Amino acid sequence: MSLLEVAGLSVRTRDGALLVHDLSFSVDAGERVGLIGESGSGKSVTSLAVTGLLDAGLDARGSVLLDGHQIVGAPDRMLRPLRGPCASIVFQEPLTALDPLMRVGRQIAEPITRHRGLRGRDLTRAVAEALDAVALPGERIARSYPHELSGGQRQRVAIAIALAAHPRLLIADEPTTALDVTVQNEILDLLDHLVAERDMALLFISHDLAVVSRMAQRVTVLEKGVAVESGSVGDVIAAPAHAYTQRLVASARLLDDALDSAPSSSNSPGGGDDA
Amino acid sequence: MSLLELQGASFAYRRGGPVVHDVSLSLGAGESIGLVGESGAGKSTILSLLLGLSAPTSGEVLFDGIPLARRDRTLMRRFRSSVQTVFQDPYSSLDPRQRIDRIVAEPLRSLGIATGDDALERVAEAVASVGLERDALRRFPHEFSGGQRQRIAIARAIVCRPKVLLADEPVSGLDVTTRIQVIDVLRRLRDETGLALLMVSHDFTSVAALCERTVVLKDGRVVEEGATGSILSSPTTDYARSLVAAIPRLP
Repeated sequence: MSLLEVAGLSVRTRDGALLVHDLSFSVDAGERVGLIGESGSGKSVTSLAVTGLLDAGLDARGSVLLDGHQIVGAPDRMLRPLRGPCASIVFQEPLTALDPLMRVGRQIAEPITRHRGLRGRDLTRAVAEALDAVALPGERIARSYPHELSGGQRQRVAIAIALAAHPRLLIADEPTTALDVTVQNEILDLLDHLVAERDMALLFISHDLAVVSRMAQRVTVLEKGVAVESGSVGDVIAAPAHAYTQRLVASARLLDDALDSAPSSSNSPGGGDDA
Repeated sequence: MSLLELQGASFAYRRGGPVVHDVSLSLGAGESIGLVGESGAGKSTILSLLLGLSAPTSGEVLFDGIPLARRDRTLMRRFRSSVQTVFQDPYSSLDPRQRIDRIVAEPLRSLGIATGDDALERVAEAVASVGLERDALRRFPHEFSGGQRQRIAIARAIVCRPKVLLADEPVSGLDVTTRIQVIDVLRRLRDETGLALLMVSHDFTSVAALCERTVVLKDGRVVEEGATGSILSSPTTDYARSLVAAIPRLP
């Protein structure tokens, strides 16, 4: 059985607009799956629906089985023990996930206490380990408030919190979109390494084909809430079958090619400083 | 000849060190420069110097070869109609309560360039040149997608037929398909009307698709500059190398 099994998931707003329509996909234990889509594709709504975090105004139908537990329609008290040990989310903007008035160390300690029951010196050590795992200098960061950290450091803290309860599935929703490109690269390396080391499953959600292709083995392409194509990342990018995916890949390829074919110094006025 | 130029420009806040240090760059007709750097590199400060919104603490901003004097009203008037800008967020830069024709005509009104039929004609021309239909004119911003709104913002920027367009992350908030369309609009304006373009971006990919030359900034200094293709294929500084290496690529 899959760790995450989404079958016929539909999400509607109160006034009837369909945000996700009849979506099915699965993530096996230890597997890396990508959800690709542009704005309005329903990818973030999907990530919230699979963890039971949908806004009260949104209505989910269909089935989401997380480690065998039905998420759709489940009351919050049933979901709470699953969030953390079963699945955790990292969002695009770490500031929304962090409490601005609480030191980072305490924010990491909270889920560790809740899920692993650690206290006192053991807890302090576990917090230090959690920070170390995301390559942050423990003591200084633990005493800091979120606003004292850079965007990349904050996202590392958010990852440390998400991993505190040793989840079997990590959901990363555009985790690097707000970051500088070199920081993005570091965070992707970190996620890559952590997912492999802990044998976690990864559901990686992004609009960026290049980023998804680096992080996932299989992908599902979403267009306006409908899955139009699924397959291995390599196949989908090399030979997209659906018209929407073809358009998406062609656009991304055009930009990618520009990196190789940008004009060199010969035809630019005032250039000519070849080494 | 250079239309807009920074000569050894530095900028520092009253307390604290310089955020932009000894930056020189020059933009001529039909040229396009990408200003690439990460957060805190000084991109926005340089843009505000180039727009005459703040004055350099040392060095000069030259417009048509003349030092920009913010108190010279005649010069500044000519400057405002010649140097226009497009911002990253097309959602917040368009007044939601105004129709597109009024939004696009705004620079004509505020700079006193054209009124009446003359203004209408120029607005229609600007809207057409960014590839929007004529019926867009009577609609409101919320009726458009992000890419279309960015076209509207570009139409407003070019309606007074500027010589220079400064674009601050103009495609960063857009989906990849729309991003290409907006880049195409900018490229066409440059190639067909000789509009000089300076695009500020953290995204090397968009710069590669549009700009012939690239200036790489770090901590308020120019660390590398040259033809975009040369920097991408053989960056000479460690920083530019790390930027290029970090660009996510398709398999």
